[in-house]
Amino acid sequence: MRYQLFLGCTIPARQSNYEQSARRVAEELGIELVDKDFGCCGFPVEPLDQTKALAMAAVNLKKANAEGDDVVALCSACGEMLVKAEKLLAEPETVKNVNKLLNKSLDLSYESERPKIIHFARMLYQEYGIDELKKRVKKPLKLTIATHPGCHYVRPKELFQEFDDPEYPHSLDELVEATGANPLDYVGKTDCCGGGILAVSEASAKAMTQKKLNTLKGKADAMVLICPFCGIMFDKYQKLLEQEIEEKYDLPVLYYPQLLGLALGINPDELGFDVNSVSVAGLLEKVM
Amino acid sequence: MADSRAIVDLSKSDTRFLRNLSKELGAADLSKCFQCGVCTASCPVREVDARFSPRKIMKLAKLGLKDEVFQSDFIWLCSMCFMCHERCPQDVKPPEVMTVLRNMASKEGFAPKNLVKLMTILAENGRVYPLDDFTLEEREDNELPEIVQSPEFVRKIAEA
Repeated sequence: MRYQLFLGCTIPARQSNYEQSARRVAEELGIELVDKDFGCCGFPVEPLDQTKALAMAAVNLKKANAEGDDVVALCSACGEMLVKAEKLLAEPETVKNVNKLLNKSLDLSYESERPKIIHFARMLYQEYGIDELKKRVKKPLKLTIATHPGCHYVRPKELFQEFDDPEYPHSLDELVEATGANPLDYVGKTDCCGGGILAVSEASAKAMTQKKLNTLKGKADAMVLICPFCGIMFDKYQKLLEQEIEEKYDLPVLYYPQLLGLALGINPDELGFDVNSVSVAGLLEKVM
Repeated sequence: MADSRAIVDLSKSDTRFLRNLSKELGAADLSKCFQCGVCTASCPVREVDARFSPRKIMKLAKLGLKDEVFQSDFIWLCSMCFMCHERCPQDVKPPEVMTVLRNMASKEGFAPKNLVKLMTILAENGRVYPLDDFTLEEREDNELPEIVQSPEFVRKIAEA
């Protein structure tokens, strides 16, 4: 199995624990990840100017298509933006506007390039397969895990061929189950982390994060997620919230490949735990 | 206070805004909104911030009350979680309407300054986060490969 890796902006600069663990896990599973000179997917500028956002996505789609291999995205927002761009750019009026911009700024045209884009977790779930994953687990984890699937991994459903349920997503729970851990059933699993409005209203964003942390307090050994914005909210902002409200959550927040890596018997030193904000020492003790 | 007002002033309805809105693909199904409120009931932002109501935004936009839509911070508070999109019985696609409204408001200079700053950063650097020494050292310590991203095309599109 071979994929082009779409890293995005946030992961390599701010959440390299996700990147490091994903690369290490892929290596262990025999999945080749090829680095390619992609750039911003366009997602951050969509609120200001969708044409520019689609133009950025279009250049990435052209680059990906030239290579041939399918693209795997670690960030749910990048993944959704690229898949959505393929759909929106099928509209003649939209592609005309985007190409006007691309012609002018880069002397390029988007010509319906539609490489396959898939989220890293969905790739493991659908293409590598849960059964194969289970066979590779060397150290089944005796942990209770609260999954946070996030929004752009499964919604809007028409972009993702309904591979998972947008109201009751289960693929991440099944991936967690494959590691031997027990996925926690809890109210509000599909609730947004708040990251999407962090730049506009930090208070509301934090309140959304806090709501889920309150629900999960004392109920799970860790939270597992698959998007860097969710990671920043639940991991980094958990520490900030703890200082503000003088209350402890102590909920370690792991990217799925970090959890999977432990189950595959990979040395934790190779899974980027030094970048995690909430201490994982207690969790690693339970596992080792 | 605008929030508690039961009656809206339709004399302020902006027909040019309505005409422009009707041409946008993302707002093509806005006219189908029958104000059931499932969007607001499904909204995770609403739960923590009572000012925010997607239903209200759909209504104000449909009525052509451009100033009320653009001059409040309502439209910028949508977190794009798509829960309302999944549940809307009329397939209005509120997040897409929100993007259309945001783009229009942005053209008239109403975008939050943090978002405007982001476009400036992309026009200057071609990436959201600068790859500073700390980041590069951390990557090196963890034996991560050199980043091969191309910031140049991003920079040129952002500044266009």
